[in-house]
Amino acid sequence: MTLEIIGVTVLWTFLFGYLIVASIDFGAGFFNAYSLLTGRQHILTNVIQRYLSPVWEVTNVFLVFFFVGIIGFFPKTAFYYGTTLLVPASIAIILLAIRGSYYAFETYGSRGHKGYSFMYGLAGLFIPAALSIVLTISEGGFIEMVDGSPSLDYYALFTSPLTWAIVVLSLSAVLYISAVFLTWYANRAGDLEATNLMRKYALIWALPTIITAAGIMVELRTHNQAHYNNMMDIWWAFGLSFLLYLGTVWLLVKRRSYGLSFGLLVGQFFVAFFAYGFAHRPYLLYPYLTIYDSFTNEAMAIALIIAFIAGLALLIPSLYLLLRLFLFNKDYVRGKKDNHA
Amino acid sequence: MGNEEAVFYSRVLTELTLSFHIIYATIGVGVPLMIMIAQWVGIRKNDEHYILLARRWARGFVITVAVGVVTGTAIGMQLSLLWPNFMELAGNVIALPLFLETFAFFFEAIFLGIYLYTWDRFENQKKHLLLLIPVAIGASASAVFITIVNAFMNAPQGFDVLNGELVNINPLLAMFNPAMPTKVAHVVVTAYMTAAFVLAAIAAFRLLKGSNHIYHKKALFLTMKVGLVFSIAAAIIGDFSGKYLAEYQPEKLAAAEWHFETEENAPLILYGVLDNGEVKYAIKIPFALSILAHFNPTAEVIGLDQFPEDEIPPLYIHYLFDIMVTIGVWMTLLSLVYWLGVQMRWKMVQSKLFRWLIVLGGPLSILAIEAGWWLAEVGRQPWILRGLMRVEDAATTSGHVDTMLILFSGLYLVLGVGSIVVLTRMFRRNPVEQELEDRHATKGADIS
Repeated sequence: MTLEIIGVTVLWTFLFGYLIVASIDFGAGFFNAYSLLTGRQHILTNVIQRYLSPVWEVTNVFLVFFFVGIIGFFPKTAFYYGTTLLVPASIAIILLAIRGSYYAFETYGSRGHKGYSFMYGLAGLFIPAALSIVLTISEGGFIEMVDGSPSLDYYALFTSPLTWAIVVLSLSAVLYISAVFLTWYANRAGDLEATNLMRKYALIWALPTIITAAGIMVELRTHNQAHYNNMMDIWWAFGLSFLLYLGTVWLLVKRRSYGLSFGLLVGQFFVAFFAYGFAHRPYLLYPYLTIYDSFTNEAMAIALIIAFIAGLALLIPSLYLLLRLFLFNKDYVRGKKDNHA
Repeated sequence: MGNEEAVFYSRVLTELTLSFHIIYATIGVGVPLMIMIAQWVGIRKNDEHYILLARRWARGFVITVAVGVVTGTAIGMQLSLLWPNFMELAGNVIALPLFLETFAFFFEAIFLGIYLYTWDRFENQKKHLLLLIPVAIGASASAVFITIVNAFMNAPQGFDVLNGELVNINPLLAMFNPAMPTKVAHVVVTAYMTAAFVLAAIAAFRLLKGSNHIYHKKALFLTMKVGLVFSIAAAIIGDFSGKYLAEYQPEKLAAAEWHFETEENAPLILYGVLDNGEVKYAIKIPFALSILAHFNPTAEVIGLDQFPEDEIPPLYIHYLFDIMVTIGVWMTLLSLVYWLGVQMRWKMVQSKLFRWLIVLGGPLSILAIEAGWWLAEVGRQPWILRGLMRVEDAATTSGHVDTMLILFSGLYLVLGVGSIVVLTRMFRRNPVEQELEDRHATKGADIS
């Protein structure tokens, strides 16, 4: 394994982590806002207060880790993506800021401010849409070089069916992942009403997720032949992902083992996400940037990898402790204990 | 939009983000230490007042840290969005501390979540206090790592440039650059100092507004004492910073001190105004600049005459220097007098006027932090990476920076107003007297 591959695998893994934890977070915010509209707010507010509030900063760090890490391992990405992503990334930051402040401000302050809750919920949908544009751009065809600097062709971007397919996938995946997780969490909390509601949402969003995922494959066939062919070479991985998907849905329909159902869902996305990334290799940005020509120097790469291993040794036990206290602690999940400062 | 405009708006947006972020970042670095001290004193003295102090500070901290986190994310991304050429170069040489900073931040975020949600969950208070240690370490380590990156911008090293290519890169050498020791120490110590004085201002304000509760008196005495210790440390480190500048960035020192001609026995110019290149109404302290720069009253100090015109930072940084140093000295004296006054039972330190001065010290300390950072950043001009890359060559070529500036201004306005409203409401609705009664806290003793 070369240093380039190690670097990109580390980053991709953290991006996957962000995908899952952030989806749970974003989706919950949306369901909360939606239930405010339909007058069922109390069902979800509790779950959000008890689970999401303690961990939102940790969720946020996954993203920070990814974009700091990619500049470290692949400094040339700063030049290409930094210049072109100013608008979508700035919008995503502003929306993230609204969500972050919501957790802090609502915990004590103006609890139940409706407008804020709606903004918080909607921001959770716009963020994945804004961030997923990066994946679209990476497929190539939207960036041209003008006087030696990259420039994003917004018209081509917003008229491309690929863009919208990826945006729709990101939205339905967020809602699907979140609903499956919350079904499990609500079930553990012994909240039957919330479990049924979330199960319903999960089943609703399961279908659009898989349809748009397939649709993107079709789009890629014309948009980026090379990537499409690479994906077809490992078709079995996508097949496996589909089987895992069927498993999740089946368990949900049968109202059985919601924990396992969520596990299968993580597996489904893990396999698909890595298969997609594997086929994308070696390009970070078609056709300008590969992991090889944008890679940092060897000294820095080794330093970063050592720092990463040392960091993980510190992080994994801490994350385990966090999950044990807020996710796997029955009394806490059921709301029997409240030890907030 | 021409690229000059992109450069201009990138600078304004970066300055805005940093100026806003640094308020919350400074509090974020300093307050965990203060919470730790209060909780520790509370456990040791078995005094419920200090424990409650820690708990209430922790609550307020939730709000400030959230704004610090989201604005920190903003500046982290803006570095790449607004200064892509700089980050491409920096990524090659100074990515290590940036990367380490995210780990420190990770560590802090995890334990902060745990700490905040586990009050009274442990029989033994000390166990709960242990959870705060990673928070305080993570917060300070974040400041250390990110300041290292800033130090590198002032004194880049750890690589060679050969035919436009970066070679012989040594990430550790880049981290441990000459600017690093004084800069890191100065940033961390002044964060502790500022946090202490901001909390002192709140305690003094409560005492002025009618509450005569011993809780506030304890808070005031503790924070002023801690503030005194760190303000003395800040002064000592500030002196070393002068020596660093004289050696490695003489143009910054010379511009900040309006030292135009290279000379021996250099005097230090305080205050004054610049009128057609002439210094007026200034206080001149003989030999002081030579001492600040070299520990030696007769030493030669390099002046601005040694530098080409287009490599000299703007001269208004002298005013920023004056603001920073004046407030620093003022707060040291104020806290010293207060501490002595409590020991000697001077009536004066309990007077209304003196308490108002302490209240004023909170915003003044923040102002000093701002002035210090503006001095540090403007004083490095025209460079983004001293001697290697100019600011105008580093900026984005995107044409939308002005729109982003408007969007971010709106965001900071919402966050700034929101955090103040939430904080005041939080403590108004639940005053400490009420909370002490609810908790039947009777174990509190008098100040030492």
